Amino acid sequence: MSEHAAKADGNEDMSTIDHHGSHALGGHHDEGSYLSLKGGIVSTMWAWATTIDHKKLGVMYLAAVLTLFFLGGVAALAVRVELFQPTTMVNGKITGQVFQDAGGAVAAGHAIYNRIFTLHGAIMVFMVIVPGIPSALGNFLLPIMLGAKDVAFPRLNLLSWWVYVVGSVLGVVSIIMGGVDTGWTFYTPYSTSTDWDVYMRVVLMIGAAFVLGFSSILTGLNFVVTVHKLRAPGMGWFDMPLFVWAIYSTAIIQVLATPVIGITLLLLIFERLFHVGIFDPAIGGDPVLFQHFFWFYSHPVVYVMILPAFGVISELITVHSHKKIFGYRAMAFASLGVAFVSFLVWGHHMFASMGEMASAVFSALTFLVAIPTAVKVFNWVATLYKGSIQFTAPMVYALFFLFLFTIGGLTGLPLGTLSTDLHLHDSYFVVAHFHYVMMGGTIISFVAGIHHWWPKMFGKMYNERWAIIGACLVFVGFNLTFFTQFILGTRGMPRRYATYIPEFTNLHQLSTYGSFILLLGFLVHLFVFIHSLVAGRPAPKNPWGGLSLEWETDSPPIEHNFHHEPLVKHGPYDFETTVPPHWDPKDYPIPASNFTAAKH
Amino acid sequence: MSTLPAQSNSSGDAPLWKKYQAANHYRSKEEEFDACKLGMWLFLTTEVLLFAGIFVGYAVFRMLYPEAWANGSSYLDWRWGGLNTIVLLVSSYTMAVSIHHAQLNNQAALKRNLLITILCGAAFIAIKLTMEYIPKWSAGKAPGGSFFSYPFATDPHEPLWWGIYYCGTGIHALHVLIGMSLIFWVYMKARKGHYGPNHYTGVEVVGLYWHLVDLIWIFLFPLLYLIG
Repeated sequence: MSEHAAKADGNEDMSTIDHHGSHALGGHHDEGSYLSLKGGIVSTMWAWATTIDHKKLGVMYLAAVLTLFFLGGVAALAVRVELFQPTTMVNGKITGQVFQDAGGAVAAGHAIYNRIFTLHGAIMVFMVIVPGIPSALGNFLLPIMLGAKDVAFPRLNLLSWWVYVVGSVLGVVSIIMGGVDTGWTFYTPYSTSTDWDVYMRVVLMIGAAFVLGFSSILTGLNFVVTVHKLRAPGMGWFDMPLFVWAIYSTAIIQVLATPVIGITLLLLIFERLFHVGIFDPAIGGDPVLFQHFFWFYSHPVVYVMILPAFGVISELITVHSHKKIFGYRAMAFASLGVAFVSFLVWGHHMFASMGEMASAVFSALTFLVAIPTAVKVFNWVATLYKGSIQFTAPMVYALFFLFLFTIGGLTGLPLGTLSTDLHLHDSYFVVAHFHYVMMGGTIISFVAGIHHWWPKMFGKMYNERWAIIGACLVFVGFNLTFFTQFILGTRGMPRRYATYIPEFTNLHQLSTYGSFILLLGFLVHLFVFIHSLVAGRPAPKNPWGGLSLEWETDSPPIEHNFHHEPLVKHGPYDFETTVPPHWDPKDYPIPASNFTAAKH
Repeated sequence: MSTLPAQSNSSGDAPLWKKYQAANHYRSKEEEFDACKLGMWLFLTTEVLLFAGIFVGYAVFRMLYPEAWANGSSYLDWRWGGLNTIVLLVSSYTMAVSIHHAQLNNQAALKRNLLITILCGAAFIAIKLTMEYIPKWSAGKAPGGSFFSYPFATDPHEPLWWGIYYCGTGIHALHVLIGMSLIFWVYMKARKGHYGPNHYTGVEVVGLYWHLVDLIWIFLFPLLYLIG
């Protein structure tokens, strides 16, 4: 007890704490911004590479994820260019210079195409969408939103970052060596029998996914413990921002589902290297077992991708319409509900290989997902009703999200229905569906979240007008690219083909034009971000008028996040009771009485 | 305190565990201890799910090819498996006892029991290698299509049994090695006097891990050795 009191005293004056020799954490004692540079380039880089500060790790994740997003995006454009005409392009014309077989011979157009779309899928899923919001925004925001100084295990967080780097490098090395053409799902027996000439590529890519899984587990574990143990005084479970609820639900899925893909990929590697036979029908193994194992992870992981996006959208919609979220508890429980149901639906990826009864059960369970999801969409729309909506770039994106995600969600229903799925599965309809959810949902809200928290992360405002222009370009480009694919799918265009019949040419060309508008939109965003870093005006503490704890810290935050441990006195969305009438974001901070720092 | 090794400790003669302070993002040592334990329990959940893959594979193929399973199992000697089970159970006991001694500040007993735990782990690996893996391997009872050459195999699916056997016990043996390294790390810290009544987090969480390693073997042993 006496230690506890001594510790509390120490909190009043940061400098007392930091003189203790045993405190490896928080080695920097000053109250300056976490971004402030000390020392030369080499020592700064070393300080970042070995940092245990969750904010720096979040920024590094952001940089890595955006770089890989660019790489995966280039692959997607290459796919769209190839599909501009019904036949394959002349061998090697686009990509043959880079993607050569070990022997040096230019691979055939189809093989290149297979590798490029695998590259696109593997990078986007394992390196961009899964780690994107939790690792980049989550790392940065979770402790601050909870009023904590860091995540529960900062060193583990650093380890998790480096594991992510190693995994990504393995994946990229595999691509540079020539890439794999298994698709991101690594289905056996194809993944165990292809590319034997230089078989290490497939092993490398599977190894990359395995290693990235470790990073995901460690981050999820860290977040769960952080939420349980490090909430600020006065913050109960239902005082947490919904972004935290979303990240928490995500982290639970990461912890419970990722180990299964871990063992699956490990067995797949053993299968390739030692031929243990578990997935090999030649000695009695079962390839469908691989699919069960794979989707037991990979369907829940679909919600690892979308749940954090829900969290981001909940924050954006309330803050930019200055209205209390409609149905806070329903939103929190819906996140947990999605996490729970996600473990029961993996079988819908194998309708064709299961019995009728099992298929019907999985189909019914799949429809359950629609309930919590629809609750969320309903609540977002209800929150907007009579709110004072500001059309900032994050809000514009949040509205686009509602539109795109609803299309993505509703088109999931015909795929979960047995009779329609028989016609639609493995067609462009599926491709369009998951792009509406994964890109229209996750990537859109990721970009929206980056805009929303950009002033907090970097202390600079961005150019609102250009950001909105970029958002509109992305919206138009996205719909042009993928809505056409719904039509293509219903007309019978199968996925993963490099060629198609001439009747599909017009729609394919429209889709390709759309992808370039999409590229233009993202280039505008890149320009806006760079312009903001170089010449943006300094951001105030609370540019949007949010009420969660991250808007209480400086922009950018100090090393320890808060000058004093915050004491939570109002909920994250109590705009009606906390904010004076006729407020203006420029008036912030809100009168000090509401934001008294904890006094010990 | 007399049991502590002589240390060139500049800041007085108080043992390290007395001077321990929680990392500064925790409000108290108790909070830090709870967080570490929760973290380890979550990690153990992931370990259970990892092995669940092996167990599911075992169950599926056992159902499909009971003869291959009975045949394969008949080549395992339950006496070596049983001995290894006893070795691991003893090590779990000594691990639990070392936490007890850390709480009571019996530094010598803490270190002694940690050492015994490591030695039991080593004995387990030694028995596994010399009595089981190597003789079977040299008789051609190796995993899967590439290495399996056992000429007297009666069932075409027997390579699969050996695949599951080597994957399951191999990954478990890897966990034993990792556990031994962790306990060695705790032992080195214990030698410097890091653990005592108000700070034994390291011993506790590594102990939890070691018990899980033991528990997995408790499931592997009857499945592989006893039910043919």
